[in-house]
Amino acid sequence: MLKIRNLVCGYDNFLLKDISFKVNSSELVGIIGPNGSGKTTLIRAITKLVRPKEGKIIYQGKDITKLSFKKLAKDIAVVSQDAYFPEMIKVKDFVLLGRIPHFKKFQFLETNKDLEIAEGVMKLTGVLEIKDRFLKETSGGERQLVLIAKALAQEPKLLLLDEPTVHLDITHKIKILDLIRRLNKKYGLTVLVVLHDLNLASQYCDRLILLKEGKIYKIGIPSEVLTYQIIEEVYQTVVIVKENPLNFRPYVFLVSEEETKRRKR
Amino acid sequence: MNKKLINWLSWSLILILVVFIVMIFSLCIGSVKVPLSQIFNPSDEITSEILFKIRLPRIILGFAVGGALAISGVILQGLFRNPLVEPYTLGISGGAGVFVCLNIVLKIYQKFGVITFPISGFLGAGLVIILVYILSTKKGKLRIQGLLLTGVMISFISSSIIMLIMAMTKSENLHGIVFWIMGSLEEPNIFLVKITLLISILGLLISYIFCLDLNAFSCGEEEAHHLGIDVEKAKKLLFILASVLTGVCVSVAGIIGFVGLLVPHLMRIFTGEDHRILLLSSYLCGASFLIFSDTLARTIISPLELPVGVITGVIGGSLFIYVLTKRGR
Repeated sequence: MLKIRNLVCGYDNFLLKDISFKVNSSELVGIIGPNGSGKTTLIRAITKLVRPKEGKIIYQGKDITKLSFKKLAKDIAVVSQDAYFPEMIKVKDFVLLGRIPHFKKFQFLETNKDLEIAEGVMKLTGVLEIKDRFLKETSGGERQLVLIAKALAQEPKLLLLDEPTVHLDITHKIKILDLIRRLNKKYGLTVLVVLHDLNLASQYCDRLILLKEGKIYKIGIPSEVLTYQIIEEVYQTVVIVKENPLNFRPYVFLVSEEETKRRKR
Repeated sequence: MNKKLINWLSWSLILILVVFIVMIFSLCIGSVKVPLSQIFNPSDEITSEILFKIRLPRIILGFAVGGALAISGVILQGLFRNPLVEPYTLGISGGAGVFVCLNIVLKIYQKFGVITFPISGFLGAGLVIILVYILSTKKGKLRIQGLLLTGVMISFISSSIIMLIMAMTKSENLHGIVFWIMGSLEEPNIFLVKITLLISILGLLISYIFCLDLNAFSCGEEEAHHLGIDVEKAKKLLFILASVLTGVCVSVAGIIGFVGLLVPHLMRIFTGEDHRILLLSSYLCGASFLIFSDTLARTIISPLELPVGVITGVIGGSLFIYVLTKRGR
């Protein structure tokens, strides 16, 4: 579905280099890596916010630089890290903004179909009960769900999420990742998600892409990527990796520096 | 039918009604009071002259300028996602002010007539628009926050220049400068009134091409991009639209503050944040507000006349504080 070949892109002070990977249809792929390793830049490249300097990003056989913004928005939705929440807009109206890419020329109002889709995605994300609330009256966790609902209202085939669980409590973390996996498994939505939490990434993703300093360090299923040798090399931190007894996937324990020193002695 | 549409239509109808009532009120009231029954067929020549040659052009100009300032306020607040931005924040009025002052001080108007006032105002406004635009564009991208800072700085610079001119000029010029700065809807040239009305209504129509883009902007530039909007194109065109509207208003009517700040705020509370209704409702509300303020300006201490900018400032400011404190509760 998404193919990236020898991508080089970025800004004056930061570059992504030699990025090549493929995301298959209906796959749930996680992007992990230390701060500043280029995870967000990669997402921005796929959505045409940053132009590639070299290489190509192919979406369903087409070079994305040749697709119009509107066409891209009909297929690819983004839940970004720094969306701005206009306080005095109601949840239902905010979700309806996701229908904008599907508006025809000279269309002024939402059609009944648009309203039905918005209702549907609000139900799916569990925000239907708060649809008449203003955004300023919602909690951080609810806002994240509303943001996802807006992205889903675009009826995307590919969903990109940039750290959707950051700043949230464990209840909402699980709720949001369960939702993402359900969308992936039940509706076949292809998902590319940036995650900081290695254990959540391990638990939910089919495959992981590990970035280090703008390059892909390792791609593979969680048990191939999350070994203690790789993590210690990339993050420069001592960890212990065990198998999670619930799903047999790797589980990473952090070890404090003091502990490391004491053990060495 | 769609509930939202009914709500919007009723708001539009109410506001159109308000505009009409204010217009008729403004026609009747003044140093000569005209009874309601005589408005459409005045009994004598003089009344007809007062109604259609003196009051009506002012009302039409008030309609055009009030509406245009209000929608530029809506557009700019939408672009900046900053409720304190108003049409004059970008320094457009300052540029126009400097040029008009120069016109007065250098006595250009004595050679070429009063038509030089709007022309010099528009030249100044245009120059600032181009300057702000160039200074805020980097690598072909319009940086919105840069735009705001440059605009505010140009405002400061031009008001300092105006002060300098005022300090150094003869007192006979001062009156003209002060009156221009405070704004007035008195415009003897009927052709200019018509042009302003045309541009103002055209501006409203064009702004509706971008109503969905403005809605998308409400959650940030990047989010608008993710919704398939050509953000750079929309930003540039909206900036140009808002500043040309402001430039035209300032050059015809001087600096009439607060309309572009207060009206969008009021309408956000009444009709909601959706730009599909906000643009029209603000236009109508701005028009009524300015016509009403102008009527007060010319009647309160009649036969003398107050500058309309003072009225909009006083009424607008107090209303604004009232609304803000009430909304905070």
